[in-house]
Order: sequence, then C-alpha cells, then structure tokens
Amino acid sequence: MILARIVGTVVSTRKDPRLEGKKLLVVKPISPEGADEPGYLIAVDTVAAGFRETVLVVTGSSARMAAECKDRPVDAAIVGIVDTVQLDSQHQAELAAARRK
Amino acid sequence: MQLGRVIGNVVCTVKTASLAGQRLLIVQPLGREGRAMGRALVALDSVGAGMGDTVYWCRGREASFPFLPADVPCETTIVGLVDVVNIPGSTFAIP
Amino acid sequence: MLIARIIGDVVATHKAPSHHGRKILVVQPLDLDGSDRGGAVLALDSVDAGIGDRVLLVTEGFSAMTAVGRPDSPIDMAVIGVIDAVHLDD
Repeated sequence: MILARIVGTVVSTRKDPRLEGKKLLVVKPISPEGADEPGYLIAVDTVAAGFRETVLVVTGSSARMAAECKDRPVDAAIVGIVDTVQLDSQHQAELAAARRK
Repeated sequence: MQLGRVIGNVVCTVKTASLAGQRLLIVQPLGREGRAMGRALVALDSVGAGMGDTVYWCRGREASFPFLPADVPCETTIVGLVDVVNIPGSTFAIP
Repeated sequence: MLIARIIGDVVATHKAPSHHGRKILVVQPLDLDGSDRGGAVLALDSVDAGIGDRVLLVTEGFSAMTAVGRPDSPIDMAVIGVIDAVHLDD
C-alpha cells in the first residue's frame, strides 16, 4: 500500500459497466514525510475521500478486495483517509543517510 | 518477500470496513547490505511487529492471505520478524 | 521465472505459520550476463538449495505457494529449481 494525495477526479461516461457509480480520483504518491513522488494513479474511492486529502491506496489484485470492488476491473482503491503519519526519528535519520550514500 | 525495517505508522480513522482493527506500519525496504533500497511503503502487520523491527514482508494478492477468511484489501503485509540475516561478506546488522 | 543466486539465509522465529519448516533464502536475481538484476529478495525454498547455488526463482504467488506446498499463504517468491546449466544462443 502507498500513501498518496488526491489531486483530481476523472469523469468517464462510457466505461466498463462494472465501474458505474464508482468515484474515480487522480492520486499522486507521496513519501511518508509528505513529499511528492513521481507518477500518478487513478484509484476508485471506497471511503468518500476529498480533494487534497492524504489517503491510503491499495494496488494490484488486492484492490478488488476493497468494499464493493469485488469482480470489478479495479487495480487501485482508496481504502483509508490518513489522520497522522508517525515516523521513528532515529531510524528515519539512519535510513536517510543510507539512501544518500 | 523482501527485508525491511519498520520506521513509522499511519493512523486512519476513516477507512474501508475490512481494514478495521488492522495496524498500518511504514516499512523501508532494505538491500543485502542492510541499507535502504527503494521507496518506503505502508504495510499491514500479521506478526506483531513494532517500531524499529527488522522484518520481512510479502507483496501482492498473497499479502492478504494471513487474514483469511476475511477479505482484507492490502498488497503488502509483514509476515515475519527477522532474528538473524546470514549473508557471507555482508555488513547486514540488526539493531 | 528468473535466474538467481542464493547469497544468504534468514532466521525468523516469529513468522507466518505457513512459513515454518521452510528455509528463507536471500536471493539475488541475475541478468543473463550474470550481473545483478535489481535488489536481493527473500524466497522460500522448495528444493533444498544452499548458499552459492544458481537457482530458478518464481516471482508470482500461485506458483510460489504451490511449489512450497502451502496454498493460501503469504508467499510471493520461491526457489523451485537448482540450475545445472544455462545455454544461450550467441
């Protein structure tokens, strides 16, 4: 699962009938520190998330296990609205240093 | 599966019903020398992992299987706590 | 499937019940020229492979679970063969 921020919506009239009634949102992945990461995803919303909110996104075939997504052509689903992200400062610093090397 | 370290957690009050009661941890994947490799991700926990633990985690549909018969929507789950990594010539250390 | 080299193993006492009784190998996937292909990963063993062996690595759940004989388990990679030789057309 990844953390992401909602940056837009997708409207599609002609689509697979199994997607009818689904809210499609454009999300951009973010790091645990909140920084934008490359790329984007279109994800089906299952928790009534809103614009600019930080959310939890599940991808791959597991996305179909989210509410009301069973047997639907869904490969990314928003399954949570993030309240807080806590990072372990000691390990965070250590890992950031390792990443810079 | 891949090695990783738990570096944080995520709190969501509003979440899909099947995630109720699940702990959401932030895992930094680790390479063979024990250094950070690639992006951190959010994983569910099936073994009681805590902050700072060295773990191994599973990716894909298989990641939801520890929670069967519940259908839990997750594609990354911590499935083991690592005691020892034995790679000859490597500096991998478990804090 | 990928060609990979076993570079180590991992001891984990507390783990998914379906992983008990199987070795956890640290495996480095390889390109055809023998160079590293991405980072090292962990795979369960189904053929009693050991450190230094060049092996066949499956990287998909169904194949991995069935090879290890643990259906419906959180297993996404398994070592399913020890490679004797690879022949490439020049």
